[in-house]
Amino acid sequence: MQTFDVIIVGAGHAGAQAASLLRQRGFTGTVAMVGNEPELPYERPPLSKEYLSGEKPFERLLLRPAEFWRTHEIEMLTGLHIEAVDTEGHQLRAESGERFGYGALIWAAGGAPRRLACQGHDLAGIHYVRTRADVDAMRAELGDTDTVVVIGGGYIGLEAAAVLNNLGKSVTVVEAQDRVLARVAGEPLSRFYEGEHRARGVDVRLNCSVDQIVGENGQVSGVKLQDGAVLPAQLVVVGIGILPAITPLANGGAAIETGGVLVDEFCRSSVPDVFAIGDCATHHNPFCSTGAPIRLESVQNANDQAKVVADYLTGNPQPYVALPWFWSDQYDLKLQTVGLSVGYDQTVMRGDPAARSFSVVYLKDGRVLALDSVNLVKDFVQGKALVKAGAIPDLEALADASIPLKSLAVPA
Amino acid sequence: MSTLIVENRAGQRVSLPAQPSLTLMDIMRTNGVEDILALCGGTCSCATCHVIVEDEFAERVGPASEDEMDLLEYSDHRTSSSRLACQVVFSEELDGLCVRIAPED
Ligand SMILES: Cc1cc2nc3c(=O)[nH]c(=O)nc-3n(C[C@H](O)[C@H](O)[C@H](O)COP(=O)(O)OP(=O)(O)OC[C@H]3O[C@@H](n4cnc5c(N)ncnc54)[C@H](O)[C@@H]3O)c2cc1C
Ligand code: FES
Repeated sequence: MQTFDVIIVGAGHAGAQAASLLRQRGFTGTVAMVGNEPELPYERPPLSKEYLSGEKPFERLLLRPAEFWRTHEIEMLTGLHIEAVDTEGHQLRAESGERFGYGALIWAAGGAPRRLACQGHDLAGIHYVRTRADVDAMRAELGDTDTVVVIGGGYIGLEAAAVLNNLGKSVTVVEAQDRVLARVAGEPLSRFYEGEHRARGVDVRLNCSVDQIVGENGQVSGVKLQDGAVLPAQLVVVGIGILPAITPLANGGAAIETGGVLVDEFCRSSVPDVFAIGDCATHHNPFCSTGAPIRLESVQNANDQAKVVADYLTGNPQPYVALPWFWSDQYDLKLQTVGLSVGYDQTVMRGDPAARSFSVVYLKDGRVLALDSVNLVKDFVQGKALVKAGAIPDLEALADASIPLKSLAVPA
Repeated sequence: MSTLIVENRAGQRVSLPAQPSLTLMDIMRTNGVEDILALCGGTCSCATCHVIVEDEFAERVGPASEDEMDLLEYSDHRTSSSRLACQVVFSEELDGLCVRIAPED
């Protein structure tokens, strides 16, 4: 059995950053990274953007070139799925039967897309958007596809819809709630994106639940809604969230909360020498106004939690206090978000959505929690200070786009 | 093949083979330049690809766009020839271009 001082499970954003930072911080022990995808660590966001559209080849998604991992003496064990964690014996077992011993374990396994469970869920032509393999499979079928139904009006579904619409497909988005982006953004932003997609010919169906996927000869031919209507589809894209990849660790006794591995401010799980970071880690975030433990699915969070663990393991513990931020690209609309809007009781619009450059500010008890800026980098950048300070700005000034946010950043 | 010269945060200089039409960020990343994080993958959202263009090239590279300026505004290390490496497209004219990676903010 091979033993490493640190084993990282999951070769995604969080895992890759943890490994490089350990070396950058001078960690001299042995480090291995185990990932169940065949690829070396790559960027996921372009999967629903420039990689789906064909604008960026895969090589440009790689976070580091292959020789980087060799020269930094990080053992890359790709194509290996970890099935069990013996948290007492400090051992991992792979599906292949191989075992590995660890001094510290960094669980950075992300999540798998939530799958459809309805009738027809196993027909050919149903696609998810989480891995390169997912998107390659979808791209391989696009040539013969005219009509697409996207199930789920979250960021990933809408980004995919935008790309597929740009590629000339006839696209319908089916969303169960009464607005798109309902889980992550306020109503003004939802209505704006709904309008932008409709203006470009995307058929956006709200309050619509899928009853089943219908097919012919094992191949998708349509999506049947609960009201009985059938939307024709040669291809179905499903973007209805993820299920964190935590089972081996949960079976090993680690505490789980809201679906993720519960960690403290140093990303330590409830079992000794086991850390969890990235999409699969449930944590208390200082920017979450409700105080409830949350999981964040963002590059920022993956990266900054990796930093927390690398610092901890190199003898310089620093709690996780990083400011959340996020972006999403649809058509020529660049959305940038700072802070967490969870728990807001008021939104203020800055600028005019019709001008396609504006911000939505989220407040609670008058305090700025978060901002969504569309084609307005200035507000995104200057808004950071407001969120960090928990500023209580004058609402009239806040709504006046001609007044720079930085002038409102007086701490409350 | 044209070259891009990069000075890392430790002050070491490396010469990288540079393909026109790629951004400086892409060229540095594919060549394993460690100090470039480029968290947002070039979408002008993170400023972790901040470089300082050497004076003699500043004019040829040109000034930062408005979005770039906004993003760089809060960097403690901004200079008049600061750019975001993901927003500068390499071209043959820039052969021999020399940039320094800005300190971490
Ligand atoms: C299509 C798409 C678009 C996105 N767009 C944005 C965006 O614009 N901005 C943004 O900030 N974020 C975006 N995100 C979110 C961002 O990509 C994630 O938050 C980030 O990838 C999380 O990193 P991670 O390391 O936690 O997980 P991942 O990157 O998912 O990496 C986890 C890895 O672990 C592997 N793994 C899982 N279980 C095991 C096991 N048992 N054994 C071995 N390996 C295992 C997985 O296969 C995967 O390769 C997007 C995500 C997707 C899918
Ligand atoms: S890579 Fe994020 S701004 Fe350049």
